[in-house]
Amino acid sequence: MDASEPKVPLVEMRGIRKSFPGVTACDGVDLRLGRGEVLALLGENGAGKSTLMNVLAGLYRPDEGEIRIGGKPVEIRSPRDSAAHGVGMVHQNFMLVDTMTVAENVVLGMAGLPLVPDMAEVKRSVLELAEKYGLRVDPDAYVWQLSVGEQQRVEILKQLYRKAEILVLDEPTAVLTPQESEELNVVVQRMKAEGKSAVFITHKMEEVMTFSDRVMVLRKGKVVVEKVTSETSPRDLAKLMVGREVLFRVEKKSFEPGAVILELKDVRALDDRGLPALRDLSLKVRAGEILGIAGVAGNGQRELSEVITGLRPVSSGGISINCVETTNKTPLEIIRSGVSHIPQDRIAVGAVGDMSVASNLAMKGYRDAPISRGVLLLPRRILDLARRMIESFRIATPSPETRVKFLSGGNIQKTILAREIESCRSLLVAVYPSRGLDIGATEAVRKELVAQRDAGMAVLLVSEDIEELLSVADTVLVLYEGRAMGTFPSAEADPEELGLLMAGVERKETVS
Amino acid sequence: MMDLITSILTITLRAGTSLVYATIGETYTERAGILNLGLEGIMLMGAVSSFAVVYYSGSLALALLTAVAVGGLLSLIHAFLTVTMRANQVVSGLAITLFGTGFASFLGQRLGPASNGRYLVGLTGPRFAPVDPGALGRIPVLGAFLNQDLLTYGIYLLIPLAWFYLYRTRNGLWLRAVGENPRTADAMGVPVFRAKYIYTVLGGMLTALGGAHLSLAYTPGWSENITGGRGWIVIALVIFSMWNPARAITGALIFGGINAVQFRLQASGTNIPAGFLNMLPYIATIVVLVAITWWETLSKRIGAPASLGTSYMREDK
Ligand SMILES: Nc1ncnc2c1ncn2[C@@H]1O[C@H](COP(=O)(O)OP(=O)(O)OP(=O)(O)O)[C@@H](O)[C@H]1O
Ligand SMILES: [Mg+2]
Repeated sequence: MDASEPKVPLVEMRGIRKSFPGVTACDGVDLRLGRGEVLALLGENGAGKSTLMNVLAGLYRPDEGEIRIGGKPVEIRSPRDSAAHGVGMVHQNFMLVDTMTVAENVVLGMAGLPLVPDMAEVKRSVLELAEKYGLRVDPDAYVWQLSVGEQQRVEILKQLYRKAEILVLDEPTAVLTPQESEELNVVVQRMKAEGKSAVFITHKMEEVMTFSDRVMVLRKGKVVVEKVTSETSPRDLAKLMVGREVLFRVEKKSFEPGAVILELKDVRALDDRGLPALRDLSLKVRAGEILGIAGVAGNGQRELSEVITGLRPVSSGGISINCVETTNKTPLEIIRSGVSHIPQDRIAVGAVGDMSVASNLAMKGYRDAPISRGVLLLPRRILDLARRMIESFRIATPSPETRVKFLSGGNIQKTILAREIESCRSLLVAVYPSRGLDIGATEAVRKELVAQRDAGMAVLLVSEDIEELLSVADTVLVLYEGRAMGTFPSAEADPEELGLLMAGVERKETVS
Repeated sequence: MMDLITSILTITLRAGTSLVYATIGETYTERAGILNLGLEGIMLMGAVSSFAVVYYSGSLALALLTAVAVGGLLSLIHAFLTVTMRANQVVSGLAITLFGTGFASFLGQRLGPASNGRYLVGLTGPRFAPVDPGALGRIPVLGAFLNQDLLTYGIYLLIPLAWFYLYRTRNGLWLRAVGENPRTADAMGVPVFRAKYIYTVLGGMLTALGGAHLSLAYTPGWSENITGGRGWIVIALVIFSMWNPARAITGALIFGGINAVQFRLQASGTNIPAGFLNMLPYIATIVVLVAITWWETLSKRIGAPASLGTSYMREDK
């Protein structure tokens, strides 16, 4: 049938419309995906990419529209129906059960699994698949023990095991290191060679170029353009997405560091599993300086930000902020000393999903005037303050009273950013602040960080994106297994060398 | 000495049987993310309905069936309110206990024969008597397990079965996933809503069977508050057993065992006040729970199903 009907696309979505209270996430979207094709789906935060793909995956029922697979109209009522048509989706937020093993997660919910599954057999085939596609992972490990990169591998393995023909990858690389995302590309190309198809969502333009055959850009729930990837360029795409020229470089004042704001001396701390996460780490951040922490995720970045902000105990060593000892002080005491924190986990630590945007914005200043008097909160003042912040940080929300969890990822991040920057008095700790953000929002976040530095704050920026570190930070420190591998002025740093240090390769003495 | 142990163990198992049924039932319900605080009411309703049926029909099988149906129906209401209507699980559960307690007491005053003033209290009917294991019953310790009624024999089967189902079968895998992370379970193709309904109803059925054991075997007949708060103890035992059916037996044995010791002491005529002895099982439960929670915070990771008490809707964020 392949020869006779080359024109019938494998998947065809027509006129898909889906609204949520206050927003039309998809507004009549048409999508076509050919057999053996990789389609990149691009768009700002909140453009409706995930919503469109969740419709295909059976999690959302569209208000209107039709889906055809292999030319035939299909009714997709549940994820089960969708899987029966060969669709497998790797969701933006991982769909894994933490307390179960990799093997259990792989077969969970799979159609045709016998009542008493032979788990030994499952493990064997998982290992086989892992071998074949180069996705190394231990089938007996519990998901909570895995790094994000490994969890991502499990997600992919899960779909390979289910023999998905149509793979949907919703921002799979947002949490991956450049090496890991290169590995993912190898897997995708391999699946493509086997005749499988994929829809690939990303905010990184270079990945669109390497992964995809065709690209489609969504804006505010509508398709703005569809192009063959090779006939376009990252700059082009960025412009189409945001609707204006995007600056990839950030302007900043010359580097004039002031007094030391944050100092860590031989700090040690344990991670959640009780293993050493920071090993004798020492560093200094000065006023008017952005110190970039480079490193592969899971090398102590999270723990570093947590010991500074009082969320994790220090087992030995000392931390001082503005020359005042803050080792193992409470988060409140540390906040009072002028520290702001943009945490890695937005939903769990950074914001309260079930509370309104306004309440989230007021969450740090609620003890003080003007939004409270004594024990009373002043709701009208809170709303006024929220409106002002929504305006100045351009947070896209139906209203200040909307619950934060209904915003898109980018706008949740902007809400946190607005609150933290507003309350920052001396030190800003930002952990992957642009992760998952579209290029417009990323640009805005970076500008804000630099503006804080220019205003004389000390900024500690954790990032995996070497390019971001080199363009935003003044100084870069490479973290590997909780140790500092070296500190460089960013102007002199060599991306190649940073990459090696991040991988744990010691710096060799240069022989000339 | 052997005799003493055997006799205490015999009473322990008898006292613990109703707890095992209800603990395993509630474990399954909670594994599906549903907290059912209606247990006390369901147990009482199971006890009164099964006794009334056995009194008039003389059929123990019919009595058990009635208890199962009543328990299933009451928990179906809970499932409907919390899963479909997304009502607060605590409120719905408490409502079922309030209703069940009151209604069971009402039935106990209305279902009896005219000769007894329509009261069920004080009547006797057929009961599950301990089976006669013959010579085997005289073997120390083992005899304690054999000198039991059929419902207690039932737990010897139920415990391993419930464990196997939860940890070794496809449906058990689904169940564990539903309580832990319903969104993931749903996205992976597990029928989440059906599972929540099935295991809430199943939990209610087992709980009512526990209630039936009280009125048909342990303390045959009906009396007000025949459960003595066992429905609440079960909520604690589920936590103590860490949502593992295999561990349900230990919790039940501790509570049942202290019950047994208390009987022994009372029978031996000690001068410890009876009121204090009656308090023992409850105090012990509290102490054990506090210890467990303390231990749990040390070892982390094992704990309540993560979605327990929350409702899930597919299109919610
Ligand atoms: N379940 C939901 N309930 C209410 N609103 C929703 C829901 N899902 C999505 N939305 C809203 O629909 C819009 C589109 O969201 P969607 O997640 O599809 O965006 P996206 O393009 O994937 O963005 P991102 O790049 O941030 O992932 C957003 O405004 C979002 O807040
Ligand atoms: Mg998305």
